[in-house]
Amino acid sequence: MKNRNKTFLAMTLPVIIIFFCFHTIPLFSGFYYSLTNSKGFGVYNFIGLRNYVKLFQNIKVLNSYIFTLKFAVVTTIIVNVISMILALGLNSKIHFKSTLRGLYFIPNILGGLIVGYIFNFLFTFVVPAMAQKIGISALSSSILGNTKTAWIGIVICVAWQSVAFNTIIYISGLQTIPQDVYEASAIDGADGWKCFWKITFPLIAPFFTINMVLCMRNFLMVFDQIMSLTSGGPAESTTSISMLIYKDGLTGNQFGLQCANSVIYFIIIVAISAFQLKVLTKREVQL
Amino acid sequence: MTSKEKKRRTVTVLLIIVGILILIPLYMAIVIAIKQPSEMTNDIAGALSLPHKWSLSNFAEAIKITDFWHAASNSLIITVVSSIACVLVSSMVSFAIARNMTRKKIYKFFYYYLVSAMFVPFSMLMLPLVKQMAFFHLDNKIGVIFLYIVFNMSINTLLYVGYLKNILQSLEEAAYIDGYNTWQVFTYIIFPMLKPMHATVAILTTLAAWNDVLLPLVMLSGGDGRDNTLPLTQMVFQSQFGTNYNLAFASYILSLLPILIFYLIAQKQIINDVTNGAIKG
Repeated sequence: MKNRNKTFLAMTLPVIIIFFCFHTIPLFSGFYYSLTNSKGFGVYNFIGLRNYVKLFQNIKVLNSYIFTLKFAVVTTIIVNVISMILALGLNSKIHFKSTLRGLYFIPNILGGLIVGYIFNFLFTFVVPAMAQKIGISALSSSILGNTKTAWIGIVICVAWQSVAFNTIIYISGLQTIPQDVYEASAIDGADGWKCFWKITFPLIAPFFTINMVLCMRNFLMVFDQIMSLTSGGPAESTTSISMLIYKDGLTGNQFGLQCANSVIYFIIIVAISAFQLKVLTKREVQL
Repeated sequence: MTSKEKKRRTVTVLLIIVGILILIPLYMAIVIAIKQPSEMTNDIAGALSLPHKWSLSNFAEAIKITDFWHAASNSLIITVVSSIACVLVSSMVSFAIARNMTRKKIYKFFYYYLVSAMFVPFSMLMLPLVKQMAFFHLDNKIGVIFLYIVFNMSINTLLYVGYLKNILQSLEEAAYIDGYNTWQVFTYIIFPMLKPMHATVAILTTLAAWNDVLLPLVMLSGGDGRDNTLPLTQMVFQSQFGTNYNLAFASYILSLLPILIFYLIAQKQIINDVTNGAIKG
């Protein structure tokens, strides 16, 4: 037994130490750097909480938070509504069920960066050309070139990729509902719409929670698609928080400031996830 | 019955139409990759019509310009080695944790320590990590693989420990009585039993590592581009030859192709594992 304990420790301890060195130490050193005026190289001084004060006064940082939150909320809602509809369709009695599911899942396995390049072309050339032909003047120039509409392009591109994943989660949720529940509700006279809100939706609540939390978290971290669609432009209107940390932290001489930004970013992500879990798990029901 | 069948048909047709709409961007990418620049007119036909002459010359040129085989082998090495390493390391750690966390506080702590790290986004650790990795001379392929193992540890531990809790322990007990030591129990009894989880972990790691941009971008940007992965070469390529769309799209298709083939071969498994990963995670 004593030998066994030793072996178990030998199995875990090295990995825990490595994990500590490459995960926990950067976490703390990031916090440390956030209290300095480091540029990422050379000497630096300890400046207390001044970076955090600067952060709240910085209009660029503020805008990136507004953009990222707006983007994450809108995309989460759109993706979940579409996914739910598709899941209901794909789970009903249809022909070519597995082929269709396989097809719908394709966008999800592709890399966000390259998908972004493809959508970039679509928004820049194809959509305006189509709009001119039909005569919609609002779409006759690229939506990515306009500070007011560029974020919509990113929403569409990211939603195109994420819908597949959420749909599959909802489908596996729908499959947990036994058929007799529907039969019982049909006898009680519930029609399609009522049946969905009173029966289906409450019963797949745990899956709704998973999707909401994962969506929100992933979209708050959005980077790849923005890199290839707009690289943060035009006029920095689509610079997400990750993008800002990457750009200004590594090449913009704002190492310390962006470390402070990372800390705030981290707190926001944890807070939002915790809030979602608390609110959403409360309304889950058991059959 | 007929009304039911009618409804079934309508839903099927609707879903097929949506499915085709979903594939339009990919169709466009493939068509443009096959066409010549002279066929690219400034209207919808230029982007969506089939080419007059089918030719793979764009692909040949893209392979040459982007040094495709080199980048592809980098991506492949990083992806495969990370996946295998994740399976080996995480299953071993999870075995030790799962068998001890009810008896010993320290293992329970290890478990929550590893799992709670899931909430830390990579972009938060990125800045200090870049400095640290450069200091250890790990700003290369090996460093990237290393970090994938570390950053996938949370989800993998969660998955493996969850699975291990539900495995009957009688077989292990019997093996101990037969004189196996803990390493042997792990290698001969536990590791083979974890097969379904190995598949999930390997597929999740493969998808994440192959498509990842940010981690290789920040870790390898200091180097000479020798270790660049496929997404990174696309970025370099885009900034240099971005206006030759036919060539660019050929290059994009090339870098999407390996993962698409992988998907076609293991489609069912991938969909199942990705779902499992999310629901249990």
